[in-house]
Amino acid sequence: MKTFVYIDHFKGAVQPASWEALGLAKTFGSAVALVFGSGVDGIAQSAFEFGADEVLLVDDPALLDYRAEPFASTLSALAAASSPDLILFPTTARTRELAAMSAVDLGTGVLTDVTALEADDGNLVATRPIYEGKVLEKTVCAGKPVMATIRARAFPKPTAEAGRTGTLTRADAKAEAITAVEGYAVAENIVNLTDSPVIVSGGRGVSNNPSLGLDEKATAQKGFDLVGDLASVLGGAVGASRAAVDAGYIPYSNQVGQTGKVVSPDLYIAAGISGAIQHLVGMRNAKVIVAINKDADAPIFTQARYGVVGDLFAIIPALTEAFKKKLGK
Amino acid sequence: MKIIACIKQVPDSEAKVKAENGQVSWGDAPLVINPFDEYAVEGALQQKETTNGTVTALCIGPESAKDALKHALAMGADEAVLVSDSALDGLDTLGAARVLAAAIQKIGGADMVVFGRQTLDNGAGLTPAQTARVLGWPMLGLAGQIKVDGGNVTVERVIEEGRQTVSAKLPAVLSVVQSIGEPRYPSFMGIRKASKAAIPVWTLADLGVAAPTALVTRAELMNPPSRETKVEIITGESPAEIADKLADKILAEKVL
Repeated sequence: MKTFVYIDHFKGAVQPASWEALGLAKTFGSAVALVFGSGVDGIAQSAFEFGADEVLLVDDPALLDYRAEPFASTLSALAAASSPDLILFPTTARTRELAAMSAVDLGTGVLTDVTALEADDGNLVATRPIYEGKVLEKTVCAGKPVMATIRARAFPKPTAEAGRTGTLTRADAKAEAITAVEGYAVAENIVNLTDSPVIVSGGRGVSNNPSLGLDEKATAQKGFDLVGDLASVLGGAVGASRAAVDAGYIPYSNQVGQTGKVVSPDLYIAAGISGAIQHLVGMRNAKVIVAINKDADAPIFTQARYGVVGDLFAIIPALTEAFKKKLGK
Repeated sequence: MKIIACIKQVPDSEAKVKAENGQVSWGDAPLVINPFDEYAVEGALQQKETTNGTVTALCIGPESAKDALKHALAMGADEAVLVSDSALDGLDTLGAARVLAAAIQKIGGADMVVFGRQTLDNGAGLTPAQTARVLGWPMLGLAGQIKVDGGNVTVERVIEEGRQTVSAKLPAVLSVVQSIGEPRYPSFMGIRKASKAAIPVWTLADLGVAAPTALVTRAELMNPPSRETKVEIITGESPAEIADKLADKILAEKVL
């Protein structure tokens, strides 16, 4: 089976789930990595090191900024020219658009957020969560190529082999720019919640510390600093509940839950999060969930393996210190 | 400016959804407007107000989906259209995009079509971009802010890496995220108006579209494996003692 793997990147920083997609492709046969952008030779080399047999490199100044239309047209043209059986993508904001549009061009379907993919008698069967993960479906695509976006951390990441090479093929962009990128406000600390193995999240409770005075926002900032300290000792990312985002304590890109990110880290620590269903659907697939909350009846405890009923302003710094000692940091 | 807000009706997010006899069941939980689509209606209404425009709410679904359209009318949409046809059971996103594009044309086109980010049921999030592609219009996805200036629209896209400002000529298709602003509550007058509104129902024949064949189909439906959710509460004399015990428990899980 011949598989195209779209390597998604933002200004040269590759979404790690792209490599997971490449690893998955190799289990089915040969893998052709698609690298689009401007000045992205380095990504092509990484693709070889992560296992690509061939790289289709479209390096064109017109592709400097991601825009759905020219990227989709370029992808569609390449797929039409060499008829892959399968096109894999990491699931990101960009690839959802890109796969959607290319599927229209190619007259095929897209299976999104795939957590398992099996070849059953030559037919690809994907497992994906629906209804916010309350139900799982096995789904098939009758069109060709089958297109699938895989969920981050659902498939193993291949080990890079330094210096590995393969066939590099350059191709042309189909650049019909009908949107223009005017600029960016790139986040200071880009949060890659979906790829992070550890997430420490704060909620409304992060602001409920009477000892720190009346300025609630400054207090919340202090709370998120504590959450951030713990995340940093554990090598993880900072998440938040919607309540904290709506209150302006932390940007929307940190939000876990229904209207934010759906994450499945190995460890999820929820601090001061009561656990509304809208938050739970975003994190309940974490391997180990730890809840710290003052309210022993908070619904978050129904999902947690370990719980502490107590004040996060006391527990979180103590936990940070405990891990510093035990992890030798 | 003529704006169309595309919405869907889904089971409420509090619903206990499960697989039962090969079907998705949500018991007697209410069906509501897809929560993400409330932001779409909100974004559309904001643009209606700044440009002195009109908003038409558009939905594919069974007769019962009129309730979701009535919610949009009560929020302030001017008109609503339901596309309903028994041949649309098992529709996939590409089919939905083709049907929506045909309905948008039959409405008389639009300057802007606004979607929510994704639906709570299938959750693929493909339909907005596929509708744009079928129409041949620019796609501005995940907008947290919208600004219309003459024949141009500029949005601030909320992406993983921060914010990206992107512009295009109208007509365009947009999808919006929650940064657009909290959806307004239906007003008393709005609810009265919506309850009296006659909502036209269009079939595929009305749209002049053949029944789409779904390329993506479901082979099997499963309930997720049930998890051991019994929580072990860690206690101690002091925060330091609790933290020490908890850290040992976490380390023993071998997840770090």
